[in-house]
Amino acid sequence: MGSATPGADGLPAVRLTGITKRFGDLVANDGVDLDVGRGEVHALLGENGAGKTTLMRILYGLTSADAGAVEVDGRPVTIRSPKDAIAAGIGMVTQHFSLVRPMTVAENLALGRARGARLDLEAARRHAREASERYGIAVDPDARVGDLSVGEQQRVEILKALARDCRVLILDEPTAVLVPQEVDALFATLRRLIADGLAIVFISHKLGEVRAISHRVSVLRRGVLVGTAPGDTDEKELARMMVGRPTFGVSRPDPIAHAADEPAVLQVTGLSAAGAHGLPAVRDVSIAVRAGEIVGIAGVSGNGQTELVEVLTGMRRPTAGSATVGGTPIAGASPAAVMAAGLGRIPEDRHASLVLDLPVELNLVMERIADFTGPGGLDHAAIRRNAVELIARFRIKARPEDRVGTLSGGNIQKVLLARVLAREPRAIVIAQPTRGLDVGASEYVRGEILARRAAGAAILLVSEDLDELLTLSDRVVVLYEGRVVGEMPSEKADPERLGLLMAGREVAA
Amino acid sequence: MIDGSFLGDLASATFRNATPLVYGTAGETVTERSGVLNLGIEGTMYVGAFTGFAVAWWVGDPLIGLLAAIVAGLLAGAVMGFLTVTLGANQHVSGLGLTIGLIGLSELGNRLLLSGSELQKIQPFPQWNPLAGLGDIGLVFQQYGLTYAAFLLVAPATWWLIGRTPFGLSLRAVGENPEAADAAGISVARTRYAALMIGGALMAVGGAFLTLAVLGAFTLDIIAGRGWVCLALVIFGRWGIWRGVLGALIFAFVYSLGLRLQIMPGFDGIPRELMLALPYLAVIAALALSGRNAPYPGAYLKPYRRS
Repeated sequence: MGSATPGADGLPAVRLTGITKRFGDLVANDGVDLDVGRGEVHALLGENGAGKTTLMRILYGLTSADAGAVEVDGRPVTIRSPKDAIAAGIGMVTQHFSLVRPMTVAENLALGRARGARLDLEAARRHAREASERYGIAVDPDARVGDLSVGEQQRVEILKALARDCRVLILDEPTAVLVPQEVDALFATLRRLIADGLAIVFISHKLGEVRAISHRVSVLRRGVLVGTAPGDTDEKELARMMVGRPTFGVSRPDPIAHAADEPAVLQVTGLSAAGAHGLPAVRDVSIAVRAGEIVGIAGVSGNGQTELVEVLTGMRRPTAGSATVGGTPIAGASPAAVMAAGLGRIPEDRHASLVLDLPVELNLVMERIADFTGPGGLDHAAIRRNAVELIARFRIKARPEDRVGTLSGGNIQKVLLARVLAREPRAIVIAQPTRGLDVGASEYVRGEILARRAAGAAILLVSEDLDELLTLSDRVVVLYEGRVVGEMPSEKADPERLGLLMAGREVAA
Repeated sequence: MIDGSFLGDLASATFRNATPLVYGTAGETVTERSGVLNLGIEGTMYVGAFTGFAVAWWVGDPLIGLLAAIVAGLLAGAVMGFLTVTLGANQHVSGLGLTIGLIGLSELGNRLLLSGSELQKIQPFPQWNPLAGLGDIGLVFQQYGLTYAAFLLVAPATWWLIGRTPFGLSLRAVGENPEAADAAGISVARTRYAALMIGGALMAVGGAFLTLAVLGAFTLDIIAGRGWVCLALVIFGRWGIWRGVLGALIFAFVYSLGLRLQIMPGFDGIPRELMLALPYLAVIAALALSGRNAPYPGAYLKPYRRS
């Protein structure tokens, strides 16, 4: 895009100087300087944990800085709370939306604005409709926020900030939850807003998006501002700034040839299951995964992936259909029976899969305590030996006696991987394996998944990261409203086509 | 034996016995909608009953006593706010501690001020009946002013406060998603303090009703678990005031009926203890039926800290 348009007076809309924030030993922001002009989209790029969100939470008053100054339109301002930020014309759409789900859109927009003794719901509705028209962002004022899709909730969030006359809009990873078509709609909205002179900070770790929308890019690495570059800077250069080295993405070796009649290791047939409130969540799903094959499940979150994984890992009863591992039925069986059948389970909520208050060594034997029980109770020497071996093999940065809850996200995931993969399961169900992990840890995890594929495991991979899904999977299956709406080899799956399928716009033959 | 006057008297007693529960349930509903469980309710009702009585006895006017009870309730709510909002302490422990502490303080005050050879009494609030001429039906309207206030003023005002005022909107937002409320510029701490103090005042009035109106005296164990019943009624009411009031009426009806049946000829074969247990069994049954899938406020029991 073109160059930034500073204000008529040449002053940036907002300027941060020397922002520093420490959480204990961790320096989240180290003397960061940043300015954003009116009519500019300024991207903040960096890996998970680079300090992007912290910096913006400081600007919005959700986190207090240890040092540094903020100027809005050239005037110094003190921001101690979101209230101060709102007064200074700053709005933020956080990654986890700040919406009250049981309330309507109109009530959410009225939050913190309504004054006096009477809440005028009619006025709130009218106000919501007006704002919706003025900014061209379609929302239904009477809809309950909890009933809206994620994309719609994001529109409500943006509208909420705009309705308070914000002149600086911060978006924290706004595209993480959207399908490609919704991303396009978001970008169209943002372009309209900058034409009106709004200053936008766009937090992301996706290079393609950053280049598509921003005028300038500032890159943070481990809390330090690496530099600010024009928005059309080469992707490789941006990636180098972000991770400090060129990225070496893992790549999937050629598929293993399968005989047409080779039986699947993990066979799901006509499986249905109910979700929350007893509504059907998985409908008549059939998937076959053969040895040495990765089948990816694509879909916008909430389209039955979670329930499917829960059924396959023994955490939810199916209402119809069957699933087998090597011929042994597992649908409706207990988690212990599922594991005994040879299935390795790596669910999406890794915190719920480990006991965070127990040490690494005990978590590593949790699924097979019987193997580590001697005549006198737990065999602590064997447990320690097992932990030392797995910590070395999976390069977990922890000691056996460290509590799991004190580890970083990447190391927590490695503990889970080590526990499951060390048993060399013939089939693996793995969901959101790299969610919340930084690039280095993500690559490690992906490498391990491919290593199990090479060793002949049948792997069912559920991920919201399309790039990851397409890189790792041999075949991709798309779920929409609990049904399989498409299945194709990865080579034939481009993001555009997948996006349409995921949005329920098209059903593949 | 079951005639018009029996039914009129039973209906009258139902509203009278439901009154402290309506105040307590209204107070606890407002408090819990902000995301704070106030287990101090039993103690707050107790301290309201004692403070109201002691001041009324001292000054000789139950109305002044009522105002004193309100002040005591505001303070009790503020203490709960200090513990759970300012210090972010565990709400179960803080609430139970508050209850134990306030009951102890009340009993200490009772010993120091009021204990003597005989029970101290005051001239209580009078009853009032605008429809005395209606005979047996008119009995229903033979009530204290505080009972009229509970049903005609406090319950509708609670509904209006939660659903139809900007404060109520903030209250619900803070109880469901304090991050969102904070990001919208609403002070989570101030809203929770306000909820706890309004709730505390209501609970204290519920307790004071017993000493200033019904009995005209303060006795030990005067609240007798009514605060705990209110906690159940809030869940039964699904955090809405009207269902909570309905629950209070059902409880009070079963309670009043049990008391009356004990002295009815033909019922003397039924153990008295069973009659006394009846309303509490009804609470357990009601909770078992309505407590499942209860729409607990999203931030229930969670202290809020901005990082």
